[in-house]
Amino acid sequence: MSLAKRIIPCLDVAGGRVVKGVNFLNLKDAGDPVDLAKRYDQEGADELTFLDISASTEERNTTLDIVSLTAEQVFIPLTVGGGIRTASDVNDLLRAGADKVSINTAAILRPDLINEISDRFGNQVLVLSVDARRAPTKSGFEVTTHGGRESAGLDALEWVTSAISRGVGEILLNSMDADGTKSGFDLEMIRAVRAISSVPVIASGGAGKIGDFGDAITAGADAVLAASVFHFAQVSIKDVKSDLAARGFSVRA
Amino acid sequence: MIAILDYGSGNLRSAQRAFELAHPKVIVTSDPELCIAADGLVVPGVGAFAACMNQLLAVGGDDIISRRLELGKATFGICVGMQIFFERSDEKVKTAGLGILPGEVSQIDAPILPHIGWNTVSTPGESKLFAGVEDSSFYFVHSYAAKNSVAGAANTTTNYGENFLAAVELDAVTVTQFHPEKSGAAGAKLISNWVGAL
Repeated sequence: MSLAKRIIPCLDVAGGRVVKGVNFLNLKDAGDPVDLAKRYDQEGADELTFLDISASTEERNTTLDIVSLTAEQVFIPLTVGGGIRTASDVNDLLRAGADKVSINTAAILRPDLINEISDRFGNQVLVLSVDARRAPTKSGFEVTTHGGRESAGLDALEWVTSAISRGVGEILLNSMDADGTKSGFDLEMIRAVRAISSVPVIASGGAGKIGDFGDAITAGADAVLAASVFHFAQVSIKDVKSDLAARGFSVRA
Repeated sequence: MIAILDYGSGNLRSAQRAFELAHPKVIVTSDPELCIAADGLVVPGVGAFAACMNQLLAVGGDDIISRRLELGKATFGICVGMQIFFERSDEKVKTAGLGILPGEVSQIDAPILPHIGWNTVSTPGESKLFAGVEDSSFYFVHSYAAKNSVAGAANTTTNYGENFLAAVELDAVTVTQFHPEKSGAAGAKLISNWVGAL
């Protein structure tokens, strides 16, 4: 008996559609998040993450509908992130069918949000998404906002430590240096966060080839998240799991 | 009819949908008469133990469950909905549970918590719940667990840092620490096994 390393596809959703990173040529109606969620479920995804990048309230309500539709058809855990500012936002998402939520900028602006969500729903529902990059801070990694363009003025390891003590149940660690490069995860960053984190760490950013996932897990990741390599079918979840199993890691069959 | 006990706990819709795959009539309710009359009652639960117990007591869930068990009617607790069947939990503050199953709920001894993800289980041959899915993985998300086997029951265990109970089947009581409604095809089969025995 052992806990499986998780493979988590991430879908960017706005106004009820998957809005980027999808190969429309190979997939019929690839812009439908429910269809993509079902596809990834069938292909062996261990969880799904929706990142709501809606700009308007109207679009956000559509995203709530998409969460419900997905939860009605896909029987694996669903995490929803993006635009969460209050515990009431979390309640809406959980009632719509989300199992977990991820927060990022709102927690940087007002760290008490972490306590408010965790106290009401438990830390197991709360993922802290950290967009980090290398910088001359104490640990050598800093937190960014605005998709990695601006510094949040926080040391990444200090922020993770503080957020865990406030009540986050998982860390989604996005490397803004590796993101989009397809040259592999930032293994040094994963090792650094793993060393100080008492909660599971999900590695994100930089996946390009099958072996990258096992490298991230060797560095200490409990789960790995990726978007475009799965959307563009550059690697399949099944092949990633075969590689992990061959390297001695537990995976869900 | 299957009733899912609504006491303000989290993601009830997903549980309803998952049980609907196995049964044509599944309702979410806190109505005591409906909950007692149902062929099967599902008791979900997420969050902290004390908060769950308070909410359960507020809708008279303790009376509903004890009445059903007097009648020998099938009752299925999930996650914290499993933990509340035990005598007490020491999550944050020591809190009494329903005491239907012996033993207490305590923090898992593991360096990384919560225990989040898909884990395999060790299930005894007499288990009806796990028929056909003995070797499958199920989705867990928790930091506390009941650790001592229940005498006379089919005890299914898992391991994360230490061994603890993943499921207990004792007469009309079925409880799982994992979320069958989030455990894909294996969870659906397990739910169908429970519904099939109603």
